[in-house]
Amino acid sequence: MDNSLRGVTRRHLLASAAALPILAATADGRTISGNLPWSPFAGAPPRPVNPLGWYFFTPVEAATVEAIVERLIPADQLSPSGKECGCAIFIDRQLAGAFGQASRLYTKGPFRQGLPTQGYQGDLAPAGRYRLGLQALNEYTNTTYKKDFRALSAEQQDEVLAGMDGSKIKLNLKPGFSTKEFFELVLQNTMEGFFADPLYGGNKNMAGWKMIGFPGARYDYRDHIDKRNVPYPRGPVSIYGMEG
Amino acid sequence: MARVLPKRDAVIIGLGWTGSILAQQLTDAGLNVVALERGPWRDTATDFNIAYMQDELRYAIRKDLFLKPSVEAMTMRNNAGQTALPMRDYGSFLPGDGVGGAGVHWNGQTWRFWDSDFSIKTHLTQRYGAAKIRGLQLQDWGVTWDEIEHSFDQYEYICGTSGKAGNIKGQIQPGGNPFESPRSRDYPNPPLRMPYASTLFAEKMRELGHHPFPLPSSNLSRAYVNPLGIRMGECTFCGFCERFACGNYSKASAQTTILPVLMKKPNFELRTDSEVLKVNLTPDGKMARSVTFLDAQGVEYEQPADVVAVCAYALMNVRMMLLSKIGTQYDPVTGKGTVGRNYCYQTSAGARLMFDDKHFNPFIGAGALGQTIDDFQGDGFDHSKLDFVGGAGISCTVSNGRPISNRPTVPGSPRWGAKWKQATVDGYQNSMGFGSQGSSYPVRENYLDLDPTYTDRHGRPLLRITFDFPDNDVRMSHYMSEQLEKLTKPFNAKYTAVARLQKGWNSVPYQSTHNTGGAIMGTDPTTSAVNKYLQSWDVPNVFVVGASAFAHNAGMNPTGTVGALAYWAAEAITTKYIKSPGALVPA
Repeated sequence: MDNSLRGVTRRHLLASAAALPILAATADGRTISGNLPWSPFAGAPPRPVNPLGWYFFTPVEAATVEAIVERLIPADQLSPSGKECGCAIFIDRQLAGAFGQASRLYTKGPFRQGLPTQGYQGDLAPAGRYRLGLQALNEYTNTTYKKDFRALSAEQQDEVLAGMDGSKIKLNLKPGFSTKEFFELVLQNTMEGFFADPLYGGNKNMAGWKMIGFPGARYDYRDHIDKRNVPYPRGPVSIYGMEG
Repeated sequence: MARVLPKRDAVIIGLGWTGSILAQQLTDAGLNVVALERGPWRDTATDFNIAYMQDELRYAIRKDLFLKPSVEAMTMRNNAGQTALPMRDYGSFLPGDGVGGAGVHWNGQTWRFWDSDFSIKTHLTQRYGAAKIRGLQLQDWGVTWDEIEHSFDQYEYICGTSGKAGNIKGQIQPGGNPFESPRSRDYPNPPLRMPYASTLFAEKMRELGHHPFPLPSSNLSRAYVNPLGIRMGECTFCGFCERFACGNYSKASAQTTILPVLMKKPNFELRTDSEVLKVNLTPDGKMARSVTFLDAQGVEYEQPADVVAVCAYALMNVRMMLLSKIGTQYDPVTGKGTVGRNYCYQTSAGARLMFDDKHFNPFIGAGALGQTIDDFQGDGFDHSKLDFVGGAGISCTVSNGRPISNRPTVPGSPRWGAKWKQATVDGYQNSMGFGSQGSSYPVRENYLDLDPTYTDRHGRPLLRITFDFPDNDVRMSHYMSEQLEKLTKPFNAKYTAVARLQKGWNSVPYQSTHNTGGAIMGTDPTTSAVNKYLQSWDVPNVFVVGASAFAHNAGMNPTGTVGALAYWAAEAITTKYIKSPGALVPA
């Protein structure tokens, strides 16, 4: 330890401060000193998806996923179906983007069979898992029913989905990626599509939120916080200002 | 070759809660400080925008504000007989990223650990005898309650914590927590207004003879100006708190309480997108001379400094010490070595109640909004006839009704299809819950070290977590589940479900971002990595600040104690170390 800490002088501080602009000019990392940085329009608002066309799915895959989400969330008096609410479009856009590529995850090898407590250990990102899983699903239904999944009756589709959910059906996937895991991935993404903000392509007209009474992107409930057992009176709003 | 930058008085690794507190206090004392932050600059107006922060998919599900495993992952296993594999996504816990760190997306629960926590071994041994804690590596923290109380006070006033004191200088206060250790004064702000579920919980607990109180919250109950002159807003109960940043300036974070003052100081500099690779020691290994870091373009720099403060997340602090060879790796076989020792977590259970005729409006919530009973907390109740030590706070918090993750149904309901829809509609408004957040006590076989196989993007070994719930803690948690059963009775709910903890910690479902230990404080350099001032026993110009210093974890959220330890360490540096650099406690 030298003496610099013992005698921190005004000259010392000024000398250090004077050195800062030089450092800032030579460093590639962002260097901030002397102010609280702010710049206009620096936020990163989400971009609403364009609902037309398919970005990731092939026509057969798209029809298969539409058939699946139609059964996971069937139409009734509570809400339109998962397909009508845009869940398949939602999943398509998610798979075409960062989620589908697992771009934020740890994807270095070696890939080994893990224990249930260690989570997914396969080498396929979600996009690859859908591609493989949908193909295997249609192979299974063609073997069993001589038809693609989308051509089955609603009862048969439910039978296949329940078999996947209950691990009674084994699709031809690959080690480290089970049929149950494929089902859980599709179910999770379908629910995301039904309940996420409509800007992502699902939850059309905020149908998922209306079904349960979730007010969406409202941000201030001070007028209702301490009301006892009183339903919240207002309908939902979305991030881009849709009101329902 | 690394480019060598001009020497600083102090370099701080990580600008989250602890880094910001140290930077503020050290610059106030006249030191010339640089902070190196791996992630980006983030501030409320630009990055926590009130127009689109309420986006469950982006922030809660896709984890936009969290550390990416592609940047730093960890491996895990339940015991040394298993092969650790990488958590390819974070699940059980979610470390933070960028300026503000995990303090951006925390809930705001601001607890003080108890006097009996800081001297836990002495306390339990005196009360029950040494045999009671055999098999547990419980040890005193080195600092005492009387020494550190003012640091808790300092942190609460910076945060604007809203609550009700239960014990002011030994005088029990009605409406507060009668079990808390004596505090010097009340919280800076009154408690938040309470939602229906929490109010109902408090009524029932009072009927049962327990002692409910509003849990201490750094979601502010009113507008407030903190001691640094920074203005904060009133919480609006938006229901987008944990996993989100606050768009209202009403949740305490480095951004809302310290940075507006710190960033304007001429003797402070922040470098963002700058990842510290290691602390460089002198050839004899007895002093730190600099840190090596990479900027966003991969250019390597060396930053010399007289003091190095390691202020990353608890787990990253431990990894930084191991990568820098500060101290000796703990060995669970021999019990020797200190870095990686006493890794602890949190041991929880929960109750869910469903009714026919209630409107709980679960979406009207805040991260730290609710009522708690501490009647089964820590050693606040007699353990002499029980087969465990430790305890849990039992809280009814209402944090959110975000529907992708939070739509409870009656147990056994279908998870898709028409019947799922009806069950979801029935459950969403009619459901409330409360849970026990239990202590986690250290055992020899739970520890942290470097993984032998998996590496990060720079080729450095990942941290390896070897952890399972110790038998003592499982017994504690099962006892809490039995209490939860009793506590649910007076509600006369239509359905009641109480969870019981299973052995075999699962890294996938979210549990708690309360990882503690690994670089613990203590009185003995053979059983602790840092002394009572969070100063490395081995390299005295290195201070390691955060929950890494916890010698065990209590049944409370850790951030209040983390903040207090940061003020405590900063005070030691500015009032003791600067005047006489060297070991503050003789080894």
